Amino acid sequence: MLAGLLAQVLNGVQYGLLLFLIGSGLTLIFGVMGVINLAHGSLFMIGAYLAFAVAGATGQFWLALPLAIIGGAALGTVLERLLFRRFRTRPHMDQVLLTFALILLFEEARSAVFGNQFHSVAIPAGLDFSVPVVGGFRYSAYRLAVLAICLAIAAGMVWLIERTRIGSAIRAAAENAAMLDLLGVDATRIHRLVFAGGTALAMLAGALAAPLQSVYPGMGDGFLILSFIVVVIGGLGSVAGAFWGALLVGMTDTMAKAYVPQAGGIAVCAMMAAVLIWRPAGLSGRG
Amino acid sequence: MAVTQGDWAMGHISRRAMLAGTALTAGLARPAIARDVPLQVGTMLPFSGTYAALGENIFAALELAIAENGGKLGGRPVALIRLDDESDPAKAPANVNRLVERDNADVLVGTVHSGVVMALVQAAREHRIPLVIPNAGNVAATRDLCAPSVFRSSFSNWQPAYGMGRALAARGVKQAAWVTWDYAAGHESADGFRDGLRAGGAELTHTLTVPFPETNFQPVLAQIGGLGVEAVGAFFAGGGAIQFVKDYAASGLRDKIPLCGSGFLTEGVLKPQGAAADGIQTALHYGDGLDNPRNIAFRAAFKAKTGRDADVYAVQGYDAGQMLAAGLAGTQGDPVATQALAAAILATRIDSPRGAFTLSPSHNPVQTIWLREAKDGQNKVIGAAVKDLADPGTGCKMAGA
Repeated sequence: MLAGLLAQVLNGVQYGLLLFLIGSGLTLIFGVMGVINLAHGSLFMIGAYLAFAVAGATGQFWLALPLAIIGGAALGTVLERLLFRRFRTRPHMDQVLLTFALILLFEEARSAVFGNQFHSVAIPAGLDFSVPVVGGFRYSAYRLAVLAICLAIAAGMVWLIERTRIGSAIRAAAENAAMLDLLGVDATRIHRLVFAGGTALAMLAGALAAPLQSVYPGMGDGFLILSFIVVVIGGLGSVAGAFWGALLVGMTDTMAKAYVPQAGGIAVCAMMAAVLIWRPAGLSGRG
Repeated sequence: MAVTQGDWAMGHISRRAMLAGTALTAGLARPAIARDVPLQVGTMLPFSGTYAALGENIFAALELAIAENGGKLGGRPVALIRLDDESDPAKAPANVNRLVERDNADVLVGTVHSGVVMALVQAAREHRIPLVIPNAGNVAATRDLCAPSVFRSSFSNWQPAYGMGRALAARGVKQAAWVTWDYAAGHESADGFRDGLRAGGAELTHTLTVPFPETNFQPVLAQIGGLGVEAVGAFFAGGGAIQFVKDYAASGLRDKIPLCGSGFLTEGVLKPQGAAADGIQTALHYGDGLDNPRNIAFRAAFKAKTGRDADVYAVQGYDAGQMLAAGLAGTQGDPVATQALAAAILATRIDSPRGAFTLSPSHNPVQTIWLREAKDGQNKVIGAAVKDLADPGTGCKMAGA
């Protein structure tokens, strides 16, 4: 019983950390630029398909990770430059329409290039074994590696945001963008950086998730909804908040699925409602 | 009943029986059938998207069955209409309407997706057009929504899972769990598994579900070790099946609690599952290495026609063709003589590559469910899980039968 619970805790942490990779980018884009990006789930999907294509063509899954980061940064830069910059000050409904259109475009492109099949991505050869974690329940080494990578990225992001100059500029942009302009910081540069970084994180998450979740049409949809919940629970624009929010969502979702499957769908939403009643601006929100 | 038989043996009957037959058969004016007018066979199948390969195999095998019948059904030449349903339930009513209203389909064959097939069933019931379902296994089509004009050449979701439950119980398993996506097909198969276990004196103690179509199976897998069951059965298909089998192996459960399932768990996905699938037993109405002359001949003919190896979907398409041939032979090519057509199909033993079968009163195959074991990329048949299994057909009230 206890061993089972511990295994579920590990599952919750692992799922939560993956949600953090997606949600942290979303919260920065939302908090800093004020843009609601519904296409964030599609970026996750693109990362997964990238991993599928790279692993299939070269047999080198690991190559997909740097490519997802570089490709994500490039795609994010282009999207920010061509579209999101113009929509930053537009009403939220315009942004929703724009990003919904992007979802449709990305899905159609995915359908044209890869078809509508479910694809599976093999676990990279070196990590294709499993190790006992708790009470005879085993984890594949790759799953543990993803856990470690997510933790390292989370630590790196918190350091970047909390301890560096660029980080304080990003935090300032999330707090009060007008003040940033008055202080002579180039807000456009911050926006481009945040959007490129957020896109790269979403695509990296997709690539990492590909061997764990398979690759299929619309795979980002469920993650998009969960990561919005992460953002709201964490407090808009707060990376540390997104971290705790993601762990909370991952844990709630896992525990509900394991112990009260009838409530699997609403457990996360109920938890979000409870958090918002307790702290209306989210865990790290100051509003 | 006498009327049905008279109608069926047209040509030798008295004028009186003929009149009675005409009056009773639907009460609609039946035009004389011109025997050289092609019979319009409306096939609605997925030719794009996830299930495209299934649709193509069903269609090719249907063509093969008609060709082997001299290119005719009920003595009439055949025109095959090919409509892609994209496995999209939202487009299903419009697609069915196209076949029925615009193309004037005389008979319908379709489809793979359980959500899409309901539009076909509805049309078959309303317009009394004969429909043969060559895959979709939702139990309703041959239970609550059964109709004299609706037939199935495939399976009900209940059947393969029932076979797996029976096979486990026969082996001495007392307690087992079922894992599935939380959707209709999953629950229907869970019922079958439970009934099969019970029939052999065993028990389904847990049903674990995962929201469809999620592939995060970890929360479910971490529970299985603590359930105290001797076997785990699963209903997943396609990508979900690949991922579940791989995750089950990685969790270390495979060596402690054997995994089994409805045949779809390992159907067409053995290659990506790789070593993780080795030794998994599943139950289905078809399998690799079925050593009967009918199957061998069919597989050779299918390969010659398409260049592909036949699979369970091809068999279902082929048998849809054989069922139409039997039914229309009984009505001299008249698709509207619903009762006679049904009587003719029900009276025929369909000589299927899976093994000959008949139809149950609710028009679902009474068939042997084979036990298969995954090995070297094949689902090798290792015996019969249960012979001549009929779906219970619960709730089927055959109007006018």
